[in-house]
Amino acid sequence: MLEKAFKGGPKYWAWIGFLLLIIGAGFCTYLTQLQEGMTITGLNRDVSWGFYIAQFTYLVGLAASGVMIVLPYYFHHYKKFKGMVIMGEFMAIAAVVMCLGFIIVDIGQPQRMLNIIFHPTPNSVLFWDMIVLNGYLILNVVIGWTCLECDRQRVSHPKWVKPLVYTSIIWAFSIHTVTAFLYAGLPGRHYWLTAILAARFLASAFCSGPAILLLVVFLVRKITKYEPGKGAIGTLTTIITYAMCVNVFFFMLEIFTAFYSNMPGHIHSIAYLFAGSHGHHELVPWMWTAAIFAFISLALLIPPKLRYNQKLLPWSLAILVIATWIDKGLGLLIGGFTPNPFNEITVYWPTGKELMISMMVYALGALTLTFLYKIATDVKREIGQLTTED
Amino acid sequence: MKQSRRNFLKFAGLSAAGLCIAPTAVMASGAPGHGADYKVNANHLHAKRWAMVIDTRKLNTEEAIEALAETCHHIHNVPTIDSDQDIKWLWSGTYGEVFPEQENNFPSEAQEKHRFPLLCNHCEHPSCVRVCPTKATFVRPDGIVAMDYHRCIGCRYCMAACPYGSRSFNFMDPRPHLDMDNINKKFPTRMRGVVEKCNFCVERLAVGEMPACAEKSGGAIIFGDLQDPDSNVRKALRENFTIRRKPAAGTEPGVYYII
Repeated sequence: MLEKAFKGGPKYWAWIGFLLLIIGAGFCTYLTQLQEGMTITGLNRDVSWGFYIAQFTYLVGLAASGVMIVLPYYFHHYKKFKGMVIMGEFMAIAAVVMCLGFIIVDIGQPQRMLNIIFHPTPNSVLFWDMIVLNGYLILNVVIGWTCLECDRQRVSHPKWVKPLVYTSIIWAFSIHTVTAFLYAGLPGRHYWLTAILAARFLASAFCSGPAILLLVVFLVRKITKYEPGKGAIGTLTTIITYAMCVNVFFFMLEIFTAFYSNMPGHIHSIAYLFAGSHGHHELVPWMWTAAIFAFISLALLIPPKLRYNQKLLPWSLAILVIATWIDKGLGLLIGGFTPNPFNEITVYWPTGKELMISMMVYALGALTLTFLYKIATDVKREIGQLTTED
Repeated sequence: MKQSRRNFLKFAGLSAAGLCIAPTAVMASGAPGHGADYKVNANHLHAKRWAMVIDTRKLNTEEAIEALAETCHHIHNVPTIDSDQDIKWLWSGTYGEVFPEQENNFPSEAQEKHRFPLLCNHCEHPSCVRVCPTKATFVRPDGIVAMDYHRCIGCRYCMAACPYGSRSFNFMDPRPHLDMDNINKKFPTRMRGVVEKCNFCVERLAVGEMPACAEKSGGAIIFGDLQDPDSNVRKALRENFTIRRKPAAGTEPGVYYII
């Protein structure tokens, strides 16, 4: 099946070339990071994690999102998702590849990375995060590849895939829960020290992940005439809407707890993000954009008339993705570190080099996704299942 | 002999098995492992739980703390970097910075003026140790939170976890920021990409000396065994009112402040 990724038209190759160019440029920047150290980033003594880890956190959500298709399909036998299952699984693979990429570029001594395996430390959540992420990657590669290959051979899926699928459904919840535990278990970081963080992570993953998945699927539909089916799109949009409602609700719970309790530590981070503090207002416009976009996306998704409007839907989803990205891919990390343990503000902003290296990881994910989706759509075309009737 | 693939695989498998078994076999044979030749210094200072009491009535000016920091940073080859990517083992802060959430709206004049020394708290339940994925940071049996700079992968999870901001990361190569003609050759310099922090002068305790800041403080910093009821720290704690930083974090710091 792999050979299908290496056959394509000029447009396909131009896209691959473009991605390779970004990867090349990003890699050169990464070499300077290896040479000079993390000093090329905007990170500092107080904000010791930044853009890389934030992107990792956001993309774990994208990885977990496939389960919103796999779960209804396998647990509830929701047949309309049949055409999309493989898309969700392959998206998960690309997302985990990016997650691992962002972790690697964030490590100060990447050549010692395997110390996590040589000296396994079960009391560290990072150890478990490594287990669940790599486990999820393997599960999706095995399941996705086996099922697609069987479809291509026109044989039924082997029996041993079923238990793996059920495992992967539970596992998807674990990857984002464990990632939330990375943050939620730290004393002294009030913005993260909240029991609802894992739940917030899952809610945000189950709206933003499928939203990105749908946007990519729309793009694939334009390019390859792949048709996931109106019913599938409709159901997934409904899932996104519910998840976004829960996501916004959970954030409001944080606001209530912080401000009604009037605990200074809990208020301070939120105040810094939304109002500025000690004369620093760097994130205020961003956070308000996120808040406003979150409500706009809800306004566009909750009324069924607007939700099922295919012309409007990509815009509603894009607005939702922007809102959730700012919340989790920017605000969560910086808000957690600001104010610092001395109640002071140290400003962090990613540098150009940091963004360039991040682009490399994103391009790597896009390349993985392109190859996988090319294979999936070619196989579906071959067996005449590129379009789903409904 | 013609090498078949089967033969090659057999050979590779046996070799791998041998490599796995060899270290165990060597240990089982009773051969001395590395480290057997080391002797502990006869003057080595021992304690069940090392702790520090800082008398901020005596030690409270920027200059005095800066002088201690200079000694500490010099003997530990801590570089001076003029940016927010700097390294700190010992430094000073205002009352509000050192004891946030324990601030008063009308502080005393002394409290407003004073500066307070800051360093690693060598906690009893250190969150940095709990989160480290490689055991690069660990608690010694004598309560000192130590770092293995060669084990550290630079993930900086410990920095996120430390509620006291006591850990520094070598964002860049520290050596160009050191006066290389004037470094302490008895203590290593670090490389970029690893985390470091105050080590309660374990290298000095090992040869029977007190931590450099305690020695230089003229009695303002008391260092001793917290588990020993007759120790100087316990005496100081008995006779004075002391507070610790961020008790709510539950880490049980080993540094006490007489206010």
